[in-house]
Amino acid sequence: MARCFKKIIELIVYKILEKQNLATNVYLFRIKAPLIASKAKAGQFVMLRVSQKGERIPLTLAEWDGAEGSITIVVMAVGATTCQLSRLEEGDKINDLLGPLGNPTEIEYFGTVVCVAGGFAIAVIRPVIRALKEAGNHIISIIGVRNKELLFWEKELEQDSDELIITTDDGSYKRKGLVTEPLKELLEGSRDINRVIAIGPTAMMKFASLTTKPFGVKTIVSLNPIMVDGTGMCGCCRVTIGDETRFACVDGPEFDGHLVDWEEFMSRQTTYLDQEKYSYQCSLGTGEKHHG
Amino acid sequence: MNKPLNKRIDMPLQAVEARNSNFDEVALGYSPEMAKAEASRCLQCKKRPCISGCPVGIDIPGFIKAICDDNLPAAVETIKNDNILPGICGRVCPQETQCENVCVFNKGGNAIAIGRLERFTADWERNNKSEIAPVSKSPATGKRIAVVGSGPAGLTVAADLARMGHSVTVLEALHTTGGVLKYGIPDFRLPSEIIEEEVENIKALGVIFQLNTLVGKTQTIDELLERFDAVFLGTGAGLPIFMNIPGENLVGVYSANEFLTRVNLMQAYKFPEYQTPVKAGRQVAVIGGGNVAMDAARSALRLGAERVCIIYRRTEVEMPARREEVEHAIEEGVEMIFLASPVRFLGDEKRNLKSVECIRMELGEPDSSGRRRPLPVEGSQFIIDIDVAIVALGTTPNPLISQTSPGLKTSHKGTLIYDEATSRTTKPRVWAGGDIVTGSATVISAMGAARRAAADIDKFLKTDEGKAGQNWLKADV
Repeated sequence: MARCFKKIIELIVYKILEKQNLATNVYLFRIKAPLIASKAKAGQFVMLRVSQKGERIPLTLAEWDGAEGSITIVVMAVGATTCQLSRLEEGDKINDLLGPLGNPTEIEYFGTVVCVAGGFAIAVIRPVIRALKEAGNHIISIIGVRNKELLFWEKELEQDSDELIITTDDGSYKRKGLVTEPLKELLEGSRDINRVIAIGPTAMMKFASLTTKPFGVKTIVSLNPIMVDGTGMCGCCRVTIGDETRFACVDGPEFDGHLVDWEEFMSRQTTYLDQEKYSYQCSLGTGEKHHG
Repeated sequence: MNKPLNKRIDMPLQAVEARNSNFDEVALGYSPEMAKAEASRCLQCKKRPCISGCPVGIDIPGFIKAICDDNLPAAVETIKNDNILPGICGRVCPQETQCENVCVFNKGGNAIAIGRLERFTADWERNNKSEIAPVSKSPATGKRIAVVGSGPAGLTVAADLARMGHSVTVLEALHTTGGVLKYGIPDFRLPSEIIEEEVENIKALGVIFQLNTLVGKTQTIDELLERFDAVFLGTGAGLPIFMNIPGENLVGVYSANEFLTRVNLMQAYKFPEYQTPVKAGRQVAVIGGGNVAMDAARSALRLGAERVCIIYRRTEVEMPARREEVEHAIEEGVEMIFLASPVRFLGDEKRNLKSVECIRMELGEPDSSGRRRPLPVEGSQFIIDIDVAIVALGTTPNPLISQTSPGLKTSHKGTLIYDEATSRTTKPRVWAGGDIVTGSATVISAMGAARRAAADIDKFLKTDEGKAGQNWLKADV
């Protein structure tokens, strides 16, 4: 019994094995999580709770290693939970980690696939790129960041993809502009584009979908709504896809970008804006301090 | 002996003015004197109808007699022979439709307050642990059982099997144990400490709890069957039902599951100390007439709403909620709007919920549930201004388990097909009980099913019956 107990404890103690600062405010964590690692597939996510009083937040997997029993997530420290997480170091433990959740990305041979990622979603599009590449697709990656300081994994992406286009909003590196511009050029070009996958900030996914729509190229987006349990229990993450309400946690997180009701999705994402700001301020430098 | 046959003794409550703004427990419990006086009303009648009225068959007259005799350790032991969760059941069981309903005193409306006495006994145990002998266990059998879900059914089956000498691991998807007890029932009705304490008692039996494990995703049932001799599914009914009316995805429209999960499981009422927020709402409408609707309405009130109304399509008589819950809600200031049903939600330009349009209903002929069917009254639409709506119209089983487990058959309602006497599913070595097979029902009925399952699992494992899947429930049952 004692041995068995110890074994189970090992399965559910989520120790940070590695931490990296990839870019300004962007952190990578490789975490011990053997059960999740043994099941993970491209496009899936985990629910994470940093501390006893913390929120449960969804994070898409960036990498996993079944042999080592680890998963890798990349976060941008922008809210209370992600800031708290960013202060943890190697050897620290994450309170809770549940996964892998959601449906994996549909992987098959499509032909030429354009993979568009914005911001720190560079990290989570990589497993999708690699799986699609392995299935024989020709991969054109378009990566957009605000400025040069926010770019990471350029070499890795170059290796993973057949072609790589990088844009910066301010022109501080490579092409100046938004990801939708090279995307549009590719669609207008002579080559057949068989599928587009867009992962990143909501506005980017929305405009990527709007860009591809006139060309009738199937466009998959990975939605990141607010979630609580992540298992289909609460319906917080409901989105309108075509005429239907779907739960992003169990029916998604990937959907046809041309069918997403973007206005509704964006409004639901702002539900707790005021509380999130307040919570973030409370968490700044004060850690677990009590308020109210 | 002179038995007083007068009224049952009321349980003290927190004053209305205080309680509608805090999440502390509303019912305060009997004092020892009250408990003894109430217990001494019991006739100890020969027929003992109360026992058959209890889904887990607690020796009710037995534990009541022990209270009369000032032998509270014996009262605890008597209850725990059949119910490992007395602090929970004493609080949330609908005794008025079960044990108390068949009490010989119920005709005069003065049934023995069995639930309150059960609660008293459990609370006494919690405060006097040292006086209680540990629950006895059979010698180890070497058999291993995985229990999926740590709600009422899972906890009961785990405790029973552990006492029978089996090695039990409970797998729970959330970060804490208790299932619906934890995420669904507010602290003012069932404090978290009570759940934690009763789970601790189960841990003391040697049961291992593995949290953050979603069976169907983290591990499949087939994988569990490789490592365990039997699997019990007590995953409940977690999928919220929506109305599919226009505006249901506006900002401010919640499922009761989401609202209560935020408030109970994530403790949003202590925001920002706890980091999960909830929209408290100034004017709140709760749709539905069950216990969950009452819990949601009373929670909204405690979060500071100015006006909370419950919109129910039938009348007070047909409300499925416990009478006591309805009364408490009304006392606290929840407004009841009967014979009305939402038609659509309306929002402002930012898609924030602004109002709900309802239609008046009238009652027609009885439907399949025996209750009179509500029918819309044409042209009777009216609008209520609200900024938060909570849809509390019930739940169905989460399809995740059946989707990821070949051989597990479900009904058209999404519930698992099973054999009621043994709790066996259509998949060999897999049992199920609670809301996953019945759809949303009560804590105690889930526990009753769990006890039957535990007995059958024990029998199966001890006799190695049907090892090759013979005698197993046929899929076409």
